[in-house]
Amino acid sequence: MNAYVGTPTSRIDGRAKVTGAAKYAGEFSADGLLYGFVVEATIPRGRIARIDAGDALQVKGVVDVLTHAHRPPLADNDDAWKDEVAPEKGSPFRPLYDDRIRFNGQPIALVVADDWETAKFAATRVRVEYDREAFATDLESEHGKAGKLDRPHKPRGDAAAALAGAAVRHQADYVLPTEHHNPMELYATTVVRDGSGRLTVHDKTQGVQNVHKFLCSVFNKKPDDLRVVSPYVGGAFGSGLRPQYQVVLAVLAALELKRSVRVVLTRQQMYGLGYRPMTIERVALGARPDGTLDAVTHEATAVTSRYEDFSRNDTGWAEQLYKSPNSLFSHKLVDLDLSTPCDMRAPGAASGVCALECAMDELAVALKLDPIELRLKCYSDRDQSEDLPYTSKQLRECYARGAEAFGWTRRNPAPRSMRDGKELVGWGMATGVWEALQMPVAVRIVLTSNGHAEVSCAASDIGTGTYTIVAQVAADALGLPIENIDVKLADSTLPQAPVEGGSWMAASSAHAVLGAAEDIRLELARLAKAVPASPLGGVDAPDVILVDGTIAKAGDKARAVSIADAMRHGKLERIEKQKLNHFAEDKSHARNTHSAVFAEVKVDEELGVIRVTRVVSAVAAGRILNTKTGRSQIMGGVVWGIGMALHEETVMDHRFGRIMNANIAEYHIPVNADVHDIDVIFVDEPDDRINRLGVKGLGEIGIVGVPAAIANAVYHATGKRIRRFPITLDKLLD
Amino acid sequence: MSDVTHEIPERIPIHIVVNGVGHTLDLVPWTTLLDALRDHLELTGTKKGCDHGQCGACTVLIDGRRVNSCLTLAVMKDGAEITTIEGLAKDGTLHPVQQAFIDHDAFQCGYCTPGQICSAAGLLAEGRARDADEIRELMSGNLCRCGAYPNIVAAIQQAMDRP
Repeated sequence: MNAYVGTPTSRIDGRAKVTGAAKYAGEFSADGLLYGFVVEATIPRGRIARIDAGDALQVKGVVDVLTHAHRPPLADNDDAWKDEVAPEKGSPFRPLYDDRIRFNGQPIALVVADDWETAKFAATRVRVEYDREAFATDLESEHGKAGKLDRPHKPRGDAAAALAGAAVRHQADYVLPTEHHNPMELYATTVVRDGSGRLTVHDKTQGVQNVHKFLCSVFNKKPDDLRVVSPYVGGAFGSGLRPQYQVVLAVLAALELKRSVRVVLTRQQMYGLGYRPMTIERVALGARPDGTLDAVTHEATAVTSRYEDFSRNDTGWAEQLYKSPNSLFSHKLVDLDLSTPCDMRAPGAASGVCALECAMDELAVALKLDPIELRLKCYSDRDQSEDLPYTSKQLRECYARGAEAFGWTRRNPAPRSMRDGKELVGWGMATGVWEALQMPVAVRIVLTSNGHAEVSCAASDIGTGTYTIVAQVAADALGLPIENIDVKLADSTLPQAPVEGGSWMAASSAHAVLGAAEDIRLELARLAKAVPASPLGGVDAPDVILVDGTIAKAGDKARAVSIADAMRHGKLERIEKQKLNHFAEDKSHARNTHSAVFAEVKVDEELGVIRVTRVVSAVAAGRILNTKTGRSQIMGGVVWGIGMALHEETVMDHRFGRIMNANIAEYHIPVNADVHDIDVIFVDEPDDRINRLGVKGLGEIGIVGVPAAIANAVYHATGKRIRRFPITLDKLLD
Repeated sequence: MSDVTHEIPERIPIHIVVNGVGHTLDLVPWTTLLDALRDHLELTGTKKGCDHGQCGACTVLIDGRRVNSCLTLAVMKDGAEITTIEGLAKDGTLHPVQQAFIDHDAFQCGYCTPGQICSAAGLLAEGRARDADEIRELMSGNLCRCGAYPNIVAAIQQAMDRP
């Protein structure tokens, strides 16, 4: 029964969020709570020669100043510091571990005081002297030192020869800048210490169990010594996948001082966390005059830190999208004196597909083909890297539905040909693609005889809507109204879940709910059949359904026993079932989500001001569990794409190895006035192979392709091809 | 460093009315209204997103006007009447803007939401916004990183039409 799945159900956590009742990590209180303020390094590389907290400690209200030279023990091996999503290669950063400075903005001391203002003031009184070392922070000047990874997709055919012999070639470098996530909530941890020394860690994270395991190994604690919770997370977008340093500092102080402690980072300090790495994407396409491809090559050169190798799949996406007999991919990393990059919404794809889709647009221009026609010419029904069919791929339908909604046929292909008053009008399009991943998740359901159920899982809801879809799936599976479902998430003591990322949580948590609900159904069927003169006598368990608060025969709802009666006769007040769901391994098919994105820009011809006036995003992502929150996720992804195309760039002064715009006024993100009409279309994509519900996930696909569609629209409006993002007006006026 | 002071300034008593309830506080003068609300009154519905007046998450209504509470020293508001997100619903009934935000899914993570809603309530009281473009412009001091802007505009339009 689907009373809720597939409907535009409003968020069940909505009331808490609109009334201010929802509490985030830095908002929990405790008796005698202390406040920590971070002191950061002001050089990018070297050693701390001397750190003097004497003046800070004289400030009334300061309790302690923790530094590498004054702290409780921390684990001394890399394995202990590797969380579940740490890069395979490298040595994770250890805050306050030793005197070494690895990046500008690195935490080097924590001032702990009775209140936040005092800690902040005293932090300015900590004196630091450094032994400086030579450093490098510029990808472009260090480009020649790039080291090659062995991980990208394997080559097919002879791409170099095919490119050399191609009738029409396009090759270009696309430069994607460093970006920071800038979730609205500041990174924060409140550690509440109880009388027995047990710690409850309220942390801003996308994975409470990841943080829990990490803290236990870093501080050599037993699992029961601490608990990590984060019922509400004020955005994260990948920045909260790995444990961040403030959680280490807050626990460090709580252990040292045997007190409850809160550490909140400033907006500026958050620029010392992870980021989307600056990447130079070189794409080369070779085609025949009819638009079929002979060769695709894609080489990415990206930033990483000196202590960890972070990389994602930037270059392989043409293997999924465009048929070509020859292909070659490579990914190189340049080690710089920066913190390690991390996942940021559609990591790899957002950048790599941006370059690929700009290149396809340039190829279409060279071939004098409509950009959609070119993509249809090269359309691939198989993932060429493993030569696999897809579980489902309704990308053709995305092109058709998106183009129709946008009015694409009315486009004059000539650049600078469309106008609205003094503004040039440009229409561009691009393809998006992401993976449909799914992970093992466990869910516990406790059904009480009054027909209420508590559904619990350690998974996070970072704004993605997990609370709501879990409630929808549970309500349908248990045959109860959604108001009777209470969802508990993001507590490390709850049943197992991985970090919330990669767009895998919707499918993973939904099927875990189904698994536990199935065990509840079997138990209720047994109880209902045991009721005296049961109307379900002779009905086999597979034919028993849960509907309208009853246990009934499928197809004959009149033959039913209420949940209350069945449990009363069975002398049960509650039924508790917990199940870990594994998805069957199936390497016979590729699993992806797709989109076709259409953008309209208007460019002031004299001033170069660019406005994105319309975006249509047609998405094929299997079954949409909640059309309201799902639409919002795609819309949010489109807004991120607008930011990536036109606004976002972390600017570094390489003379000092320091970020110059480490705030949310000079690091531009889209504001309300930057965002106009966004039309989200969910293309019907039945998929009975990928999983029982046919769910694929929506977190990343919304951004992929959007920056390219906008860049291609800017070209169409102005005739100028800007390959260095973001496309700011100065680049148009050059 | 002889010029360094270690002295914390003297505390100053103030009286403010928050959501209809009077509070007397002894505050160090550098305490912002935002920190006074969050840390001293435990009214954590008002959010800190930047502490620099750049994001609008801390928006509250002071004597009916929308203000960034992170740029407002609490001692400057002695005697003021302040409405925070916790004070908008009346007797369990949501303010029309709150209900419209739920109806239109005008938030995801919820962190900018109290500021957006207070700002929208202030905007309605100002009576300045007449169409979507004006709403967009006059709400651009409130950042939403989840990108809920079109839904925020739709929610405010609903609240304008059905006050």
